[in-house]
Parts: sequence; structure tokens; C-alpha cells
Amino acid sequence: MTYKAKFRVWRGEGGEGKLEDFTVEVNEGEVVLDIIHRLQATQAPDLAVRWNCKAGKCGSCSVEINGRPRLGCMTRMSTFTEDEVITVTPMRTFPVIKDLVCDVSYNYEKAREIPSFTPPADVKPGEYRMKQIDVERSQEFRKCIECFMCNNVCHVIRDHEENKPAFAGPRFLMRIAELDMHPYDVADRQDSAQDDHGLGYCNITKCCTEVCPEHIKITDNALIPMKERVVDRRYDPLVWLGNKIFKRSDSKTT
Amino acid sequence: MEIERHQYDVVVIGAGGAGLRAAIEARQQGKKTAIVCKSLFGKAHTVMAEGGAAAAMGNVNPGDSWKVHFRDTMRGGKFLNNWRMAELHAQEAPDRVWELEAWGALFDRTKDGKISQRNFGGHEYPRLAHVGDRTGLEMIRTLQQRVVALQQEDFAVHGDYEAYIKVFAECTITRLLKDGDAIAGAFGYRRETGQLLAFDTPAVVLATGGIGKSYVVTSNSWEYTGDGHALALLAGAKLINMEFIQFHPTGMVWPPSVRGILVTESVRGDGGVLRNAEGKRFMFDYIPEVFKHQYATTEEEGDRWYTDQANNRRPPELLPRDEVARAINSEVKAGRGSPQGGVFLDVSTRLPAEEIRRRLPSMHHQFKELADVDITAEPMQVGPTCHYIMGGVEVEADTGAASVPGLFAAGEVSGGMHGSNRLGGNSLSDLLVFGRRAGAGAAGYIDSLDRRPTASAESVAEAKAEALAPLQRAGENPYEVHHELQRTMNELVGIIRKADEITEALEAVQKLKERAAGVGAAGSRIYNPGWHLSLDLRNMLLVSECVARAALTRQESRGGHTRDDYPAMSPAWRRKLLVCGASPDGSAVTVEEKAQPSMRGDLISLFERTELSKYLTEEELTEYDKAVEESR
Amino acid sequence: MTQTTAESPTRRQRAQLKVRTLRTDRWWLSPALTFAALASFLVYGVWAIFDTSYFVEPYLAPFSAPCLATSCPEGARLFGFAPFGDWFTLPPGILILGLPGGFRLTCYYYRKSYYRSFWLSPPACGVGEPHKKYTGETRLPLIMQNVHRYFFYGAVLLGAILSYDAILGFRNSEGEWGHMGLGTLLLVINAVLIVAYTLSCHSCRHITAGRLNHFSRHPLRYRMWGFISKLNAKHMLLAWVSMYSIMIADFYVRMVAKGVITDITFF
Repeated sequence: MTYKAKFRVWRGEGGEGKLEDFTVEVNEGEVVLDIIHRLQATQAPDLAVRWNCKAGKCGSCSVEINGRPRLGCMTRMSTFTEDEVITVTPMRTFPVIKDLVCDVSYNYEKAREIPSFTPPADVKPGEYRMKQIDVERSQEFRKCIECFMCNNVCHVIRDHEENKPAFAGPRFLMRIAELDMHPYDVADRQDSAQDDHGLGYCNITKCCTEVCPEHIKITDNALIPMKERVVDRRYDPLVWLGNKIFKRSDSKTT
Repeated sequence: MEIERHQYDVVVIGAGGAGLRAAIEARQQGKKTAIVCKSLFGKAHTVMAEGGAAAAMGNVNPGDSWKVHFRDTMRGGKFLNNWRMAELHAQEAPDRVWELEAWGALFDRTKDGKISQRNFGGHEYPRLAHVGDRTGLEMIRTLQQRVVALQQEDFAVHGDYEAYIKVFAECTITRLLKDGDAIAGAFGYRRETGQLLAFDTPAVVLATGGIGKSYVVTSNSWEYTGDGHALALLAGAKLINMEFIQFHPTGMVWPPSVRGILVTESVRGDGGVLRNAEGKRFMFDYIPEVFKHQYATTEEEGDRWYTDQANNRRPPELLPRDEVARAINSEVKAGRGSPQGGVFLDVSTRLPAEEIRRRLPSMHHQFKELADVDITAEPMQVGPTCHYIMGGVEVEADTGAASVPGLFAAGEVSGGMHGSNRLGGNSLSDLLVFGRRAGAGAAGYIDSLDRRPTASAESVAEAKAEALAPLQRAGENPYEVHHELQRTMNELVGIIRKADEITEALEAVQKLKERAAGVGAAGSRIYNPGWHLSLDLRNMLLVSECVARAALTRQESRGGHTRDDYPAMSPAWRRKLLVCGASPDGSAVTVEEKAQPSMRGDLISLFERTELSKYLTEEELTEYDKAVEESR
Repeated sequence: MTQTTAESPTRRQRAQLKVRTLRTDRWWLSPALTFAALASFLVYGVWAIFDTSYFVEPYLAPFSAPCLATSCPEGARLFGFAPFGDWFTLPPGILILGLPGGFRLTCYYYRKSYYRSFWLSPPACGVGEPHKKYTGETRLPLIMQNVHRYFFYGAVLLGAILSYDAILGFRNSEGEWGHMGLGTLLLVINAVLIVAYTLSCHSCRHITAGRLNHFSRHPLRYRMWGFISKLNAKHMLLAWVSMYSIMIADFYVRMVAKGVITDITFF
């Protein structure tokens, strides 16, 4: 079952570079990351690729394979035909350090701009009481392994570098949703989702959901519900009126 | 090239559970803290932990308490544990878990809204706080987000997120710098750019995890090259218990890309059976004498156990991890293994497909996605995999301080807590409890200093020369040396050890050390994996030598150390700890015996005499009797 | 010792790949099909609105329901009312066009499908979009998409009317109960699908209980949310089948009304 596969791999530092052709041995049961490692060990010892757990749990080896964002460790060679040329490139939305390794600091900067979990001041550790059904929605979002492929594929920043300052990307809009749905979080997140983190840029074209290796329903369960919560706050005159008349506090406490 | 310099109060090496918890503690105590890690922030190996964090909160069974947890831990470690660590661990784990919840962790819940706890091997009560089978990820994310929260606080006050806590991601530390006896700094490089780094710091917390990458088949990631172990040795600290390595019996062996990745124990608990190439359920041939009356001797009885546990004995597939690992090992060695060198773990003929998908969703998913194997239709191939090292830096239980002033260690890189064998679930709680203690220990140490140690310019220059050497050589490919080391350790210092094989391994390691000194890395300094590996080789070789030397010295079998030539457990050896040391250049590795301190009276009285008599010497039992007498 | 932080020596920019996409699959197929399907629906819709043969006892073509003008035949009027009076001389379907039209136009699924297939923003995942600037739904006119829930309220009403009309299909042309023809069947299927599509709406899911943070304090609403969530997972499917069911049912009624075909009577 061993054969020679044709690979085209992006080589170069700091974004400059070109696609280089390789012919490399492939054995049964291997994944793309194995082949990259074989290239390292045999033909290109300084070929840079970021990886860690090799089991789809850490989200380090995000690359683009034939133009689609994929985890290198979760893309089996058996999904390609033997004569197919397999093109491996770094994630397009982020600057390249070298070869397949991107500078993903955009993501860490965005993570820092989202206010942390804010519990009520009077609840002590050990006193938290939450029902399973109340934490399940946020738990789904916490499955995220931060591979940043959703942010990479999102056309809002992939095709428009200039939107980066205003847009947190699906990963961190989902983080806002996670906190907004947390039974003990008391921070106001709806206005800031729209004003500071660019929820309005999302046109729900669902590429984030399509590429998510954890199969998190980012669009349906996080982004759209968050958009609806923003509508409650900002664009729904009935809710606004109701809140005025009945002096109802916001949905956080219900 | 100029060296980038930074000044910090505490430098934490490693950003897994222990490292992050230590850094959080140091920062909370007002210390300017750096976190240095080889991967990106949030990718540490802790994310792989599935089961949960053991903490005697008593949410599911109110009978649980720290004393029961302490007893379980000591039993699991075959009484070789540092009892003070086991005590602190059992006492403090609940607080550490609750603290996570206040930082945003969302554990699975009980009906009354508390943190749910699950059963696990060796734990008397349901004790593991968990989130499905991704507890490690939840822990890393929570700690990561706590670091971010602290950075946001600092931003509000100082206008700089990184004023008091900064993450140096994708950086490797290659040397600890000293001023006389005391730690004065750390030297390393940025993996991204090859830029050299020097930290001026009076305190270093090691939290680098384990050593699995010295083995071919391991559940550990590439980061586990024993960096912390080696850095400590080279700085003059000691390692203990290095002979104890836990091999998990069922790791995936096929396909090659996922070799070593764990197949959870619950596959066997839910009815999965082990078969060899001849289709035989071989575990019935491997029931040791001491377990004869607890395990089924026929397949029929074993099968009845799944539905009627009261009237039948459990099938031998559920023997302790080391027994199963050894059995698989001998089947493969006898030529009855599966095509890819494991044995078959079959659940497909045992349960309906629907039931398998319901009970083992993550395993079904794991094999489907990674191996294209449908476990409801065909058997898995499994084999033992190097999982965890119980040994590590010898530290003071209360502060995590190593023998070198200013050096601290926590988590897998520290030794003692787990004795000769770690219980599942005790690792995550270990990270939290001793991560916090090491962070606090470092903060306390700094407060006690009257002058900041400074590293000499020569030591920085030496570290620089050492780090750059592989780039300036046109030598052997480092991958070759690494592969040979992995093969050597796997075959000769693996699950079953013999004096002559270990001796052979030591000779091989010596030769590899010479070869490693000559490896070269082509290419630039920018993200050059060949260069990185060349530098990691030093650590792996050093640690491997410690493991082999300690394994050769300990003439008994206990927990994660099985000697074919000394198959019995010996109470005399329980009183001895093996301590590894090395010269500053790493050339001379020594192993010395050290007496295990006796357990405190109130702790030892928690056990029954009949149980202790299996582990302790007569002399110790007399002490026990006295302690019990006094407590009356 | 001085603190120095060297900047990275390399220039940081994206990989200078000049091609729009490296995808090798037929990524253009899905947006092309969507475009064709949505366009054909629009073409049919425009024709149907201006087509006057929308009623034949007991069937009312769904595109023209409810019929609210005096120009509507007696039997086609909702409860016999014609609130718009006789001044309205255009086809009565135009009166209510905005409601289902607006509901589908602002629907989270249709938004995805036309942003992708008509506006190519993006045409497919990992394929560059042709626009120089992009502001999404942050400003007018697209910020108006946020009114979706009001169209939803209206769509619930419309779903009820279509169901009512479908039930009326169980009468014969004399208005006596106990009849069923192929037209009845098509109207019933259509009404069910329209109602299912309406209830599977993301706004509905939010209103039901999605806006709450403590499901456990609202067990009934939580159960409803669970049901809506299951439907919501099929929102795309329901959007398509209900679009075709309404076209088929509508076309059938018009063909019967025009006398092109005769209704097949079951009983």
C-alpha cells in the first residue's frame, strides 16, 4: 500500500516564498502531517510546521490542504487519490513566519480584549450551584481547541485585512456568547459584542462551522443566538418598551 | 547577535496545568512573572487528559474525605509516595477545583447543581471532577483565561497587559543560570525566530511535564523531552524515582500517525476483550497467583460478570494496568501479535453497534476520524504505550523547592507525590495543588532574599555557544539519533526490564551521547525543527540515562518498574529512594540510595495493620504499633 | 541589566499566494445551484403575483393567500372579509407579498445562501470574494436584517392562514365537507412544511427560551426550546422543501383554475 505522492508545499520566510514540489513516500494509514514529517526527516530538515498532540486535541497543526483549512493530523491520506497533487499552504489570514507556520498573535490579542468571566462578588468558590441544562450550551463552546481555523476561513478578515481591528472573529464572538450564556456571569456583553467586537460584520455564511474540527455549531448555536440577544438589546422596540414599562432588568437575571 | 534580555521575579517554564497555576499564584502574590513555553499558549499536553481531576469533595458520595483519598493515593503508589505530598494533595484538591469554577470552568453537574464526580480505577469513591472526556482542555482553558483576566486587571491599572505576567510562547529554555549555588536566570531561544533570550530571575519554576519522547510508543507529545528534568540535573538538583514509568496497556498501534494514543480503559470495562492473532482471549493465561481468586478463570464466567457482578468474578482483561501491559507485551514477543505489532481489542462482536456508539462515543469518534476504523464492525489494534513518569525533581512538599536555592518544580516534572504508580485523576489535581504551592514557594523565596543573584557574563556566553553549536556543525541528522534512542529505550528499558538489557541500553545511550555531540542542523535559525531537536537530544539522553541507571539499581518490581529478574516487591526496597544527580556538563550521571522518611504517626494510623504488613518491614511495623498505641 | 526586546528580523505578511483559491473541488457548484434555484423561485413568484387565476373552489393558491381585496372572489376571502376595499385594483397577492418575502429575505439561512450565491461574499469557504470593501450587517441597509423576528411574528400568522386554507380544501366546490383531492393534499403538505419552516426559525428559537440564561427555572419553555432546536437543525432543509412545496401547490391550483388540468379527486 506504499506509493509515491506528489506534494506541493509552501516554502519561504515572512510571507515571501513559493510552492515547492516534492515526491514523497506514503504508507497506509498515514495523515498529511505524517507526510510533512517525512519530508522533514528525509528531504527538507528545516521545513517548519507547527504541531503538538497529533490527535486533533490541541489545534496546533492548522494548515490549508488543497485550499481548505484543515488540521494536518486529522486529514487522512486515504481521502486523496494516489495521483492527486496535494497542496499544503499556511493559513491565509495570518502572517507567515516560515513555511507552514503562521503568526497567530491576532487571536491572542483578540482574546485579551474580551472581558473575562465576571461572577457576582458575593459567590465564594465552592458555592456555585448550576444545573447541567444551564451549562450545556456554554460547554459546547468550551470544546473549542483554538485551532483558529474559523478565524482563518472567515471572509470578513480573510479577504479584508482592514477589518481586523474591528472584528474579533468567530472564535471570540463565540467566547462572548459562552460568557453571555453562563449562568453566573453578570457582565454586560451584548452592546460590546456589537460595538467593540464586530458581531455585525458576521453575515452568517457559516464557513466557521464548516471548518470546525470539533464540530461546534458556531453559527447556529453561538453567533446567531448572540445576534438575537443583541437585537433584544438594541433593535427590538417592543422589548425596549417592555423593559421601560415593567422596569424589567435585563435577561441576565432570568 | 545580541541576546534579548528580560527581568522577572519568577520565570515559570512550561504552560501546562502546573505552570499556569504556579504563574497565577506568583502574580497574585505581586511578583512579576514570565511564562515560557515551547508551544503556543493553551496547547500544553494537559489538554490530552480525559478522565478528570480527583478531589474529595464528596459531592456524589458524602463518605469521601481527604483521608480516604490519601489512603487511595498511597496504595496506588505502593507506599513509596512522599506521604507529605500525598497528604497536601488530598487536603487541598477540592479547594483548587472550586477555585477553577470561580474562574469560569464549567464542570459536569450533579442533580443538585454541584460538580459531578465519576468513578475511576483505584479511587474508593466517585471522585473525579470532569467535563465529558475533555477535562484537561477545560482546565487549560480556564487557567489560560485566568491569566488573561489578571492581564486585564494589570491593563486597567498600568495600561499594559503584560506589566506583571507575560507569556513567552514558542520559546525553549536550554540552561538555567546560576550565581554561586543559587538560581540567577534562564537562557533559551525563540523557536519562531531563533532569537536568543536571557531571563534575569532569582526564581525558576519548572513545570515541563514528562519524558515520553524518549520512547517510540508514547501517548506524550513532542514537547515531552524531559527538559525540566535535565535542566534541574544540570543546575545541580536531584531527581528521584526515575525508574518508575507508567505504561498504559492500551494505546493505539495503528495507523502510525496515532501510535501510542490512548484507548480508554472503559472499552474493557464495557465488555471489550483482548485477543491475539490466533483469536484467543489470552488474558486467562496471565492471571497472577495473587489475583487467582478475584478474577474469572473461564470466558463464560467472565462474560457473566458484565451483567451480574455480585455472583461472578471479573474478567482478567480488567487486571491492573501493569499486568495487562505485561501480558500484551509477552504475546507480541511470542509472535502472536496483530499485523501492526499489537493485539486485538474487540468490542464489535461483544456489543450491538448502537450500544457501542452510545457508551463509547469518543472512542468511536477517535478511531473513525484518526484510523478510519469502525470499532462497531472491526477490532482495534492496541499495545502498551509510555504514558507518565512518576519520577522527577526532588522537591520539598510544602513549597515545591528543589535542593538548588531558587529552583522549584511542580507537576509531572516533580517526583515523589505518586510513588511508584500514579492513580488516574490524581495528575490533574496534582498540577493544581503543587502548581499553586510552587508559585507561592517561589514568591516566598524572593521575599526572603536580601540581594538579587546575578548570572555571570561567562555563563551566558557558554549557554549561547551551546545553543548555537548544532547550527555551526555539518553533522549527522538529529532525527536518526532520536529514533535510535527511542528504539533503545522502548526495547531495553520498557515495561519489562532485565539487568543485561538495561546494561546494554546504558552502553547504547553512551554511544548516542557521543553521536548527539556531533549532530548538525542545516538551514537558518528561523523555525528550524532540526536545530530544535538537536538541542532537545541532550535532555532526552540525560534523562534516559537516569531512568536506565535507576532501573538497574532497583532490584525489585513495584508499580511502574518491573524487573524480570526480580519479580517480587520487597519491603526493604520500599525504604529506599533512588536519587539521580549529574555533573554540570551532564557527563557523569550518578544514582544514590536515600532512606525514605517514615510516615507521620497520625497518617500511618489511617491504615490497617494487615494491609501495611504487605508493604512494610518488621521494623516499620513496630513503629506503626507504637503510633497506634500513642493515638489511643 | 538593560531590558532589550529585539523585533523579529523577518517581515511579517501573509503568504504571497496570488491565486483566489487553491481549492481543487467543484466549490462553484453549490453557489451556482443555489443561484439557479433562488432565481427560478423569484421568476416564478413574479409571474404568480400577476397571474389572476389564483382561485378555484375550494383551493386558493398559496401565493395569493390571504386574499384581502374586494377583487378577490367571495370564497377566496379570509372569513369573507376584504379589508382593503375596492380601491386596490392590482393583483391582491401584492398586498401580502412583503410578509413571506420579508421573512425569507431576512431568514438566517436565506441570508447565508444569497450572500454566497448572489453577492459572492464569499462564494464558498476559502475562495476570495470579489469586493474591495466589506462591512457586513453593521450598517444600513443590511443592519435591517435584525428585524427578522417581526417578520417571524407575521409568518406565524401566515402559517395559520395557510393551514386554515388547506383545511377548507376538504370541502367540495359546493362548500360541503368531506372532500379531498390532490389539491387538498398539496395544500396540506405545503401548510405543514411552511409551519415547520416558520417554527424552525432562529428568532423563534431565541424567543422560545434562547434568550434565557437559566433554563432550569423555566422547564416548559426549555422543553419547547428543545423541540424548536431540533427543528432548527433542519432549518436549511425546511427552507428548501417549503419553498418548493409552495411553488408546486401554487402552480397546481393555478393550473386547475385555468382549466389546464382537472383536479384529481380522492373522495
